Amino acid sequence: MEHVLGFVALAAGLIIGLGAIGACIGIGLMGGKYIEASARQPELMNALQTKMFLLAGLIDAAFLIGVGIAMMFAFANPFKLI
Amino acid sequence: MSSATDTAAHGPTAGEYIVHHLTHFNSTGHAQKDIIDFSVVNVDTLVFSVVMGVLGLLFMWRVAASVTSGVPGRLQAAVEILLEMVNDQAKGIVHSAESRKFVGPLALTVFVWIFLMNSMDFLPLDVLPNIWQAITGDHHAYLRVVPTADLNGTLGMSVGVLLVCIYYNIKIKGFGGWMHELFTAPFGSHPLLYPINFAMQMIEFLAKTVSHGMRLFGNMYAGELVFMLIALMGAAWAGTATGVFLFAGHVIAGSIWAIFHILIVALQAFIFMMLTLVYVGQAHEAH
Repeated sequence: MEHVLGFVALAAGLIIGLGAIGACIGIGLMGGKYIEASARQPELMNALQTKMFLLAGLIDAAFLIGVGIAMMFAFANPFKLI
Repeated sequence: MSSATDTAAHGPTAGEYIVHHLTHFNSTGHAQKDIIDFSVVNVDTLVFSVVMGVLGLLFMWRVAASVTSGVPGRLQAAVEILLEMVNDQAKGIVHSAESRKFVGPLALTVFVWIFLMNSMDFLPLDVLPNIWQAITGDHHAYLRVVPTADLNGTLGMSVGVLLVCIYYNIKIKGFGGWMHELFTAPFGSHPLLYPINFAMQMIEFLAKTVSHGMRLFGNMYAGELVFMLIALMGAAWAGTATGVFLFAGHVIAGSIWAIFHILIVALQAFIFMMLTLVYVGQAHEAH
């Protein structure tokens, strides 16, 4: 029982941590490219901004789903019964 | 905040508090046991989503009824900006003007509806559940107020979008044309490739629909959980000596997360709308 709880805690940490690494790299790359692109062609800024927010949401989504699942593991642990 | 003192007095643990808040008020009257059970209807999701839909319709109807061609009021200007935004996006993605007559309003409805449903997150966490518990007299009555934090709700909407996509696939290409595309599309027309093509198409439809619903659900569910954790921090303050700091932390963290959550709420509604448009737009493209 105790080691199951411990493993679940570790798993939740890994889900959130690894997801955060990926999402941050993705957002960083995209934000950098956006700044670069709008420095080159400032007239495209508004059009690019909409797309950037859309993509930011898409990148964020996988990470936030991971956070949700990790939180569920932490508080409504489905492995408790095993 | 009444539940903060409540929790301290009756003392459910943190886990119990969160599990209680994650349980739906459903047609069976007790918590759902199996993960998949189609006989259970989540009444709270249904009621709140319908109420939000009606509210959105009433709001738009009120604004539309008082529209003036003279100097517009602030409300009319805001709604016009919203309409223009949705219309621009629809024009950029769905090229058929005839389809846009249906898809444009669909996108606007999806945006407003999901935005309102997501906004239920901004109500203090325990307000509606406590009112509901007072009405029913049952101290342990379950209620979840955010319809989009229920996987059934979001997957229902994404399946709706899938049906619209299938409708447009058949309408634009004809049933035979669509079948032809299903079997020949990604790799080419060769009898040996038919099963591979068909499998790829099915995977594409499945992945689109599931990720469409899961994305909204995941964001709202995680957001709701973080609100619950912040509420727990506030609930712990009465029992401890350093409670004042916990209370201050609760207020600060709650405010910061609520402000950040405004972004997520609007962004996710926007993304759901954009993906609806993109998927319907894809249904118009012949390979």
